[in-house]
Amino acid sequence: MTTIAFWLFSGVAVLSAFLCITRRSPVASALWLVCTFFNIAALFVLLDAHFIAAAQVLVYAGAIMVLFLFVIMLLNLGRSGPGDMKGPWGRVVAVAAGVVLALELLVLRLAVPPAEFRLPPGTIAREVEARGAVQAVAQPLFQAYLIPFEITSLMLLVAIVGAVVLAKRRI
Amino acid sequence: MLLGPALAVSAVLFSLGVVGVLLRRNAIIIFMCIELMLNAVNLAFVALSQQLGMDGQVFVFFVMTVAAAEAAVGLAIVIAVYRHRETLNLQNINLLRG
Repeated sequence: MTTIAFWLFSGVAVLSAFLCITRRSPVASALWLVCTFFNIAALFVLLDAHFIAAAQVLVYAGAIMVLFLFVIMLLNLGRSGPGDMKGPWGRVVAVAAGVVLALELLVLRLAVPPAEFRLPPGTIAREVEARGAVQAVAQPLFQAYLIPFEITSLMLLVAIVGAVVLAKRRI
Repeated sequence: MLLGPALAVSAVLFSLGVVGVLLRRNAIIIFMCIELMLNAVNLAFVALSQQLGMDGQVFVFFVMTVAAAEAAVGLAIVIAVYRHRETLNLQNINLLRG
């Protein structure tokens, strides 16, 4: 059952990612990308990362893609004009590079992590079961990774200021 | 048990993102392809966290915050460029090419 659901979701994710990079209209691309993000969130649930799945839907499919659609509408790019694809030569190069990269990554997949680092199967699922999906993520985040977390907040502040400075017509 | 297939899906999604970056000339669509690549990496992180502990899921959070900051700043740059050049086609934006 889990395996069928996994392949269903990943098939839809790959298909909508393909449609995202081939549609001519930016709005259609953005909506197919939202579809991809929802399916990746479903894959996160199947991989026992429930809280990450919720954050994926909220942050990616919600906030970031709304920002993209907002900019597309603000700049009035919604109408499908002449295509922005590269010419036939560029397409061949792009697809060839992509296929080579995919093969390399698929070969890299065969390198399994060494056995002494590996947890027994089902550890994460049991941890989520015992401590709840939020606490299982929050405890390492606020203990071992506290300083990176604080640096992240500083980075978000810089990004806010930078976005305002860049996009505002006159400061 | 889903580790291998999840890594395969992640590899395919990442490659699709790379193909999109190489294929398109619209700056916003290239941006969306970069988001797709970040998401593929997130999927690999979560898949590996099943075997290597919770730290992978913590890293996904950091990737998400960096992606959010990058989207905000990048779209601000896109708006600023569009205001000056009236186009987002990267063939016409070649000021830094020399």
